[in-house]
Amino acid sequence: MAKKELSVSAIKNGTVIDHIPATHLFKVISILGLDKSENQITFGTNLKSQLQGRKAIIKVAKKYFADDEINKISLVAPHAKLNIIKDYNVVEKKSVEVPENLVGIAKCFNPKCITNNEEMTTRFALVEREPLALKCQYCEKITDEKHLEII
Amino acid sequence: MKNKSLVSITDFSKEEILRIVELASEFEANPNQKLLDGKVVSSLFFEPSTRTRLSFETAINRLGGGIIGFTDSSSSSTTKGESLKDTIKMVSNYSDLIVMRHPLEGSARYASEQSDVPVINAGDGANQHPTQTLLDLYSIYKTQGTLDNLNIFLVGDLKYGRTVHSLLMAMSMFNPTFNFISPDSLKMPDEYKLFLDSKGIKYYEHLEFTDIIEAADVLYMTRVQKERFSDHIEYEKVKNVYVLRNAMLDNTKENLRILHPLPRVNEIHTDVDENPKAYYFQQAENGVYARMAIMASILGLK
Repeated sequence: MAKKELSVSAIKNGTVIDHIPATHLFKVISILGLDKSENQITFGTNLKSQLQGRKAIIKVAKKYFADDEINKISLVAPHAKLNIIKDYNVVEKKSVEVPENLVGIAKCFNPKCITNNEEMTTRFALVEREPLALKCQYCEKITDEKHLEII
Repeated sequence: MKNKSLVSITDFSKEEILRIVELASEFEANPNQKLLDGKVVSSLFFEPSTRTRLSFETAINRLGGGIIGFTDSSSSSTTKGESLKDTIKMVSNYSDLIVMRHPLEGSARYASEQSDVPVINAGDGANQHPTQTLLDLYSIYKTQGTLDNLNIFLVGDLKYGRTVHSLLMAMSMFNPTFNFISPDSLKMPDEYKLFLDSKGIKYYEHLEFTDIIEAADVLYMTRVQKERFSDHIEYEKVKNVYVLRNAMLDNTKENLRILHPLPRVNEIHTDVDENPKAYYFQQAENGVYARMAIMASILGLK
């Protein structure tokens, strides 16, 4: 068997977030606050993927995410896969899922909504996963996938 | 209910709604109760709404409270670029209760999060206007003697009319039957019909405004607004179709009452005004008692 060459070097312990759309790598970094993290982080982008064309991958050493923490990236990286690494081995695989409440991630499509006119944090409740429907907790209007914008 | 903001009608439970209705009738019987003596209420109207503002200010005066505030945003610091948050933070230091009208949707929810005192939403854009709904409920209760098992006809603009949407949500707690009469372009949105389906409430849709109203207990009329139509020919066609005339009321039920949030244009002919079934002017008066009840219960004074 040919030895698989890794574009991003392996980590001993931590989390690998794979199958991030290449265009959204920095969104994911910012949503997870990795730009402010003290952990050792390696990432690669514009990697070939059978699934998506060009993907990005992030490896965060010595960090395990809580579900509600990692689920925040589901809007920008709906097909992201998590590999939980312990002692160089994958001990668990996880997918992400849109959470019940989204705080400060999405933008309300309604131009007359207070969230688009005042400096403030947006809040949505999940109404439907498929097709995606988010209800703004302020103007009470539904933002769907077609109108979804990430802040 | 004490210290609870009223942003959306769904913030109040069935029991709380019934409590407001009972209190409103107490205030109607005895309107001059100085329960707000020594209290200050902020009346913040970021856009003008004479009817709603006068109704609130009458209610505050009858309760003996003091009023501070402004009647449109040009006389507030909003014109200097102050954020809503800052205005609310400041005003909540001065007063015991905030009544707010604002053109942006969701502004009332945000204000209630920023304020240390309760906020009553007096209309946030096209979103919610819960005190209108409570006065509608009080009017229905007062004229029908109950809120339960009524046949309610909603007529006119059922697509954009926030009053009919809130009324539908609130009345759904009382096992009603709904009849919707509107042009095809202004039909009740699917989300409300799905909501009724989920609660097992019966509703019927009609395009024609005919003798079907003979089954009605409540006929709730709304204005078909010209600006809702992209096609002016379409507007001209429908504007005279959904007009209530006195002759149409001949075979209607004795207990039928006609409600309208006002202002009306031509959708209720003036020949209806003298009919004892016309109730829209008393309905507006009921707004004062309903608002007295809302403020007194939010401040824990009743």
